[in-house]
Amino acid sequence: MAAAIEAERLVKVFSGGVRALDGVSFTVERGTVLGLLGPNGAGKTTCVRVLTTTLVPDAGTAAVHGHDVVTAARQVRESIGLAGQYAAVDENLTGRENLRMIGQLMHIGRRDATRIADELLERFTLTDAADRPARTYSGGMRRRLDIAAALVHRPPVLFLDEPTTGLDPSSRNAVWTLIEELVGLGTTVLLTTQYLEEADRLADRIVVVDRGTVIAEGTAAELKSSLGQTVLDLRFPSPEDAERAHSVLARRPLGAPTRDGTVVSTGIEGGPHEVLEILRSLEEAGVRASTMAVREPSLDDVFLDLTGHRTFADEEKEQR
Amino acid sequence: MTTTSEVLPEPAAVRPAGLASAISDALVLTERNLIGYVRIPQALFFSTVQPVMFVLLFRYVFGGAIATPGMSYVDYLMPGIFVQTVMFGAVSTSIGLAEDLQKGLVERFRSLPMASSAVLAGRTTADACRNVFVLVLITIVGFLVGFRVHTDALAYLAAFGLMLLFAYALSWGFAIIGLSAPNSETAQLMSFPVLFPLVFASTAFVPAQTMPSWLQPFAEHQPVSVVVNAVRALTQGGPTARWVIPAILWSVGLLVVLMPLAVRRYRRSV
Repeated sequence: MAAAIEAERLVKVFSGGVRALDGVSFTVERGTVLGLLGPNGAGKTTCVRVLTTTLVPDAGTAAVHGHDVVTAARQVRESIGLAGQYAAVDENLTGRENLRMIGQLMHIGRRDATRIADELLERFTLTDAADRPARTYSGGMRRRLDIAAALVHRPPVLFLDEPTTGLDPSSRNAVWTLIEELVGLGTTVLLTTQYLEEADRLADRIVVVDRGTVIAEGTAAELKSSLGQTVLDLRFPSPEDAERAHSVLARRPLGAPTRDGTVVSTGIEGGPHEVLEILRSLEEAGVRASTMAVREPSLDDVFLDLTGHRTFADEEKEQR
Repeated sequence: MTTTSEVLPEPAAVRPAGLASAISDALVLTERNLIGYVRIPQALFFSTVQPVMFVLLFRYVFGGAIATPGMSYVDYLMPGIFVQTVMFGAVSTSIGLAEDLQKGLVERFRSLPMASSAVLAGRTTADACRNVFVLVLITIVGFLVGFRVHTDALAYLAAFGLMLLFAYALSWGFAIIGLSAPNSETAQLMSFPVLFPLVFASTAFVPAQTMPSWLQPFAEHQPVSVVVNAVRALTQGGPTARWVIPAILWSVGLLVVLMPLAVRRYRRSV
């Protein structure tokens, strides 16, 4: 059986010459979750749009559920559900009307569409709000309704473009549980996210994109282990000290160091004595750390290593 | 293997293809848009306030200064107001589509296996229904300020139908604007430069003879004037075919040109 999603060297160039996708390839096996990660503007959404047939690629091919996204767009559309970045529900319609409308557009028939809408509302704990216009919904309710709308025709492949962006922790958890349930039932999910925790929890495999290309791929564990066994965080009194420490550590053969403000992090392979060596070499260079921590590598570290950005959430904060 | 069918409903029925499916999709979306109009009655109410103001403004403030040969000014004015009202109404097509685009609804619709004309057909058809309501209302206001139909009910209905057809054709043009605008506010602003010259450099409110000679040819022959003159002929009497036939030709012509352009723009919309 063909994989659920197969992308082959996808290229999309927007007017102005921006190469949003510059040869992206990956495969998603049936019944698994792929986390597509990358900073804002990395090409995640463009990729989803190509795979959901709303954008035609300039080069490369892609197949979803065995159908080509360009030549068999209609069959692809029948096999997919899409929940977008902004909860795309009609604010003037009630929750029930929104789901029934999608059902009718899928030609399920008004009566069946109503029944399916009711079942989904129940399942997404929206029954109490079913007859209120969606504009009265909270962010979390809206997002649940949006995902429910993507499930009306029971698609085998589900695309979730940043499904929890902007949600509070408890709503985020509810959405995560929901996705896990769907996957447990055999749905294939492609998930884009800026939250590493989300990818860590949900994704079987992770594809990291930056500037339109895939820069890393693997399970969360594989990506983390690429950084070595342990990470050493050293905090310095000033950014200047941290910069100096960074250049000292950069001379080490292993674990390229990264700097974030006054904190310098580096991977260590060789056990406790290696920490001593590091501290000694800093001492010789005349910089002294104020605090120290040794921890397991996180996906954050992977990102910093790969893209030069700290977490994407941090990046968002900076932009604000 | 566990499958989704254990908790979720049975698979979707096999879809009928072609025209029947496209019409069904369009009707579902027409209903959706009409529900929107009904749920926010304030928007509908206040959109009728402006034409009523225009009636009062021209009838009681400017009207005395405008000489109209062969008929009272209120009888001359109301056909102009009718056409102006449905044209301003067409702006709501562009605003509505820009909003759907902005909110990501268009993206969702485009990912569904539905006819690519349905979103536009649903919007323009809902706006045509809205025009029926607004035209009835403005007709009543017209009667209250002294407007009379000097022909018969059938001719008035013909005028009514002609205006709906013309407005429907224009809706497809404003749909293109809505699909090209970054947001609904801009869609509204982008619509006015198209709307204003057509509505005001026309015979809707004043006879073309009072305008500078360079403007007269445009004011006399542009589609809005043709439709207004047709409505005047149908409601006030006089030779009708001379205006009604060109008015129908303009409307159908605009529809035939604008509809495929709008669908093409929709397919390429972000």
